[in-house]
Amino acid sequence: MSDAARTGGVDPAARWASAEMRSRLARRHASERRFRLAGLTAIVLAIASLGVLLASIGWNGAPAFSATEVRLDVDLSPAALGLPSDPTGAASPAALHDADYRAPLRAALQALFPDVQSRGEIRDLTALLSRGAADELRARVESDPSLVGRRVSLWLTADDEVDLARKSGLSRAVAEADRHLSDAQIGWLEALLRDGRLRAAFNWPFFTSGDSREPEQAGLLGALVGSALTLLVTLAIVFPLGVSAAIYLEEFAPRNRWTDLIEVNINNLAAVPSIVFGLLGLAVLLGLFGLPRSAPLVGGMTLALMTLPTIIISGRVAIQAVPPSIREAARGVGASPLQVVGHHVLPLALPGILTGTIIGMARALGETAPLLMIGMVAFIVDIPHRFTDAATALPVQIFLWADSPERAFVQKTAGASVVLLAFLVLMNATAIALRRRFERRW
Amino acid sequence: MGTSARFAGPPEPAEAREARVSRLSETGRVKMQARGVDVFYGEKQAIDSVDLAILEDEVTALIGPSGCGKSTLLRCFDRMNDDIPGCRVTGSITLDGQDIHSPELDVVQLRARVGMVFQKPNPFPKSIYDNVAYGPRIHGLARSRAEFDEIVERSLRRAGLFDEVKDRLTEPGTALSGGQQQRLCIARAIAVDPEVILMDEPCSALDPIATGRIEELIDELRGRYAIAIVTHNMQQAARVSQRTAFFHLGVLVEYGRTEDIFTNPRVQRTSDYITGRYG
Repeated sequence: MSDAARTGGVDPAARWASAEMRSRLARRHASERRFRLAGLTAIVLAIASLGVLLASIGWNGAPAFSATEVRLDVDLSPAALGLPSDPTGAASPAALHDADYRAPLRAALQALFPDVQSRGEIRDLTALLSRGAADELRARVESDPSLVGRRVSLWLTADDEVDLARKSGLSRAVAEADRHLSDAQIGWLEALLRDGRLRAAFNWPFFTSGDSREPEQAGLLGALVGSALTLLVTLAIVFPLGVSAAIYLEEFAPRNRWTDLIEVNINNLAAVPSIVFGLLGLAVLLGLFGLPRSAPLVGGMTLALMTLPTIIISGRVAIQAVPPSIREAARGVGASPLQVVGHHVLPLALPGILTGTIIGMARALGETAPLLMIGMVAFIVDIPHRFTDAATALPVQIFLWADSPERAFVQKTAGASVVLLAFLVLMNATAIALRRRFERRW
Repeated sequence: MGTSARFAGPPEPAEAREARVSRLSETGRVKMQARGVDVFYGEKQAIDSVDLAILEDEVTALIGPSGCGKSTLLRCFDRMNDDIPGCRVTGSITLDGQDIHSPELDVVQLRARVGMVFQKPNPFPKSIYDNVAYGPRIHGLARSRAEFDEIVERSLRRAGLFDEVKDRLTEPGTALSGGQQQRLCIARAIAVDPEVILMDEPCSALDPIATGRIEELIDELRGRYAIAIVTHNMQQAARVSQRTAFFHLGVLVEYGRTEDIFTNPRVQRTSDYITGRYG
């Protein structure tokens, strides 16, 4: 059969080179180029917005990690501290605790600025120091009682307004009436700066103290411990429960209408808004069982309800990914169903299960709404130590700070977001590392 | 299904069947015996009333075109079909005269006595040593490390693999070549000291050289274990087996000595298949 006969009398080369064929080919190539361009645009947009988000949080949050400190030469003589005069020179711990630590600070400031005399001016001057500065001084003296009777040079935390002013370069651009620091106060700060008595230090209190009404004293430790306790409860509930459910459904449960129903419901539960789980926790855990309000125990249980479907689903996917040939091999040498699972399926599925669990836990770490419902939104200064202590969590702390009127809480909010993001990145990186480390191919 | 009527004529009376079944095993001792086995996948019948003996000192080859039910039947002998949802097996299968479906014979023990080698090499993603030691370990066949070492070495030697892997027993079994993996799977099956070894197209994923080694191995294992092998490869069946069963559309068409089946088949369909007219 000749070519011409096969193609209906047309020369094949001419047929494929015809104008119609060419334009068809050009249209195909054009649509492919358009699709690639659209995809590329979408990715560039996504990366750009992610970059903008991270840059803005980082930019706003970075100042939260430094604090302003003032160096003062404090007279810690028993007289200045108002301690009862004692010939041996040793003061009882109770006396040290009750001593007046404001007066020596005020005196030290006045010594630097002898011109300041009026009560109003003195108040403005002492306002440069944090309200917690006296407590700082007390803590130092109590930890080292030998300081009493000496004159020591100490770095003390400055007020949050001072911190903000230093970070903006002690500018007087805004009219005096519209800013928190008066011209006189800025003048004193300039003098302190000239003398090397003003410095930026790493903001340790941000990581070592609980919440406070004073921005310069407010820290994340309470929220971090609260989140850790909450996530521990969640993990302890969700991991054994989720893994057993996934194994049972995949390896043991018969396929029938009931298991289909359960499967549909698990998938639906994974999509239920988290605040609904918060309502459930409020109604059942607090209302019905009377568990303590604001406690990590209840928070953890509520988040466990929320995370369970996700963990079951990811666990089932990981178990399904174990090739059936391994199960057959194990059964073929006489392993019982439980041995097949315990010796072969579970070890091979574990990296996937762990990855799913970590991602579920990361989601629980970032969750706010259910915790609001069960009262983990309170202002809590003390660091929680038990699962039943009142506590708050990292994202809730961000929410609380974002709601605070003091300007200095703006950078705190962003700083706390940076910390939260850092933890999330850490958890996801762990998940990726686990997957890489234990991944097997067949 | 109706294939039974089409290929085997009218249903035979019970006495006639008994006579035929006993004739099948006249020369060898029967290790496993299937009688009137039907297998259904849901509504679909895959095996229709099959009688087949696996003889103790011989290799029985199961041949036939794709989808004829030979693998399904093989899996009945160690009850691997139990785990397939919707699969139903009726009829009787005996091991040394004992019904393998009887409550006295636990399926876990049955599978230790009747080992299986699969179509695709499927070593565990564990060390070579652990692959072989797994069966003895779960069945408690060895107590000390030395006993395990001995079982592992003996099994690997019988599978003709020991000299190739003796210096790397801790390496993963999945790192071996395809042919070595399949011999490792045979060693794993041997390690629990089974009485019967079922092989489901053990060479279909291997190259000719690896296939040759497995065939030699099957010949060496003959006499020690009763062996049944499913194969698509007619030459392989002719080379390794003493008995051949030809299946078509779920029915056992012809069973006999391998040389008779290949040189002088009694049924036209068998000769058509063997000469390559279909399949």
